[in-house]
Amino acid sequence: MTAGISRITDSEVERIRADFPILATRTSKGKPLVYLDSAATSQKPRAVIDALSRYYESYNANIHRGVYEIAERATEAFEGARARIASFLNAEREEIIFTRNATEAINLVCHSWALTNVRAGDAILVTRLEHHSNIVPWQLLAEKTGAELRFLELDGNGRVVLDDLETKLQGVKLVAIAHASNMLGTIVPLQQVIPAAHAAGALVLVDGAQAAPHFPVDVKALDVDFYAVSGHKMLGPTGIGTLYGKRSLLEAMPPFLAGGDMIRRVTYEHTTFNELPWKFEAGTSDIAGAIGLGAAVDYLQGLGMPWVREHEIALTSYALERLADVPHLSLYGPKRAEERGGVIAFTLGDAHPHDIASILDSEGVCIRAGHHCTMPLHDLLGLTATARASFYIYNTYADVDALVEALEKAARIFKL
Amino acid sequence: MDELFYREYILEHYRNPHNYGRLENPDLSYEDDNPLCGDRIRVELRVGGGRITDIRFEGKGCAISQASTSMLTDTVKGMTLEETLRLGKDDVLENLGTENISAARIKCATLGLKVLKEAALGGMPQAWPDEEGQRR
Repeated sequence: MTAGISRITDSEVERIRADFPILATRTSKGKPLVYLDSAATSQKPRAVIDALSRYYESYNANIHRGVYEIAERATEAFEGARARIASFLNAEREEIIFTRNATEAINLVCHSWALTNVRAGDAILVTRLEHHSNIVPWQLLAEKTGAELRFLELDGNGRVVLDDLETKLQGVKLVAIAHASNMLGTIVPLQQVIPAAHAAGALVLVDGAQAAPHFPVDVKALDVDFYAVSGHKMLGPTGIGTLYGKRSLLEAMPPFLAGGDMIRRVTYEHTTFNELPWKFEAGTSDIAGAIGLGAAVDYLQGLGMPWVREHEIALTSYALERLADVPHLSLYGPKRAEERGGVIAFTLGDAHPHDIASILDSEGVCIRAGHHCTMPLHDLLGLTATARASFYIYNTYADVDALVEALEKAARIFKL
Repeated sequence: MDELFYREYILEHYRNPHNYGRLENPDLSYEDDNPLCGDRIRVELRVGGGRITDIRFEGKGCAISQASTSMLTDTVKGMTLEETLRLGKDDVLENLGTENISAARIKCATLGLKVLKEAALGGMPQAWPDEEGQRR
């Protein structure tokens, strides 16, 4: 074991686990649930589940218009959640826009900012490790505008190559880049990318879906222009995410979706739009979802994001060590836990990842198998699919041991 | 459903699939994938007098999709195209030797059959609905 591992004690994690009702359940075969798919969606603590039912049971009302008591409570809770998320990311309240998820946040920037500012001959710079949600919108934009989609390459350990960053930045209007890869685990050194992009006159949009849940993110310190967050990967409910945008940029951008709540005054001929952040929130938002995400942020703040990261490094380095000893197992991504999030993609001999996942499932071990919405990255690595285990605050060393044991069983069954 | 993987013949078909490869100038062929998992299968047929006289398949994917396609190629050799169109999920499961397969994996098990039927349909005078009444 490495020195970092002993700093996180089992009793700390056991206390956290007690807050997650699902972790006390068993599979239909009576196996304890070993949940290792938090990169797909995290489990939810009692505090988040209760925040949702409290809203529906005691103050369910639409926001921003009712003058009665429960409507005011709902508005306060919704806007309070926004303020908590703003503080979580070190942003201003007006700079946090509620979306359905990180994908919608990226699409908001694509449709509002990029369609207005990107022209034929301009370039959009992304990396080879992006999730489909940070490739497909830009492919469509490139088709529509005649802009070029350009890529930063990866090295043999799945790290983004930045040696040619300045050359690649020529003519670039926007850098759209993941903070952490959902397949390789790679954490991208944004502190190098963002100043270089700004010096070249480009803006930077960061896909933070795999980062904000796992380590401290300070949008001001990063000086990032747009930052997309997914709520359900950070203990929140599904259907809620946020976009951070610098106020001056958001103010100059046209609305994305149009309808109620995003307006100031409407006549049959003309509409003036609401101020930030509501200009970008058309229709009734996922009120319960936002309140639930606020509770999730409170929960994470209670643990402290530095602790969350420390626990993840400890668990990831333990897992990397143990998995390296499993015969026929190949690991992908950076070698050191410090350079990656708690995501480990692997293959096991010639056993297909779906078959591995099925065998692990029979042991109660939940992992993801497939291309993880990174088909081009799998093509690049010469893989059709991988298996992926991912960790979060409630995972223990015993979970890693269960994973390794189940993989050894899979290897026996496949006669590797 | 993990008990499936303990069956020697599943692994045997996975590692050494029957009728694997390509035909020279096949009469009928079809290729499709399951976009959710990336499994891909191509089936090629030689047809004489309305019957399948030879068959090859190629594919990438899990043990279930590859083994079930491999077994299916043995099943349909000598069948008429119409007979192959009457095959269904139960025939595939019978080949695999199970009645119990999870909803997530049934698509793996039936991918080969779906591709075979599409290939066979290419040789029919008109589009032929499968047993669920669906073209695909």
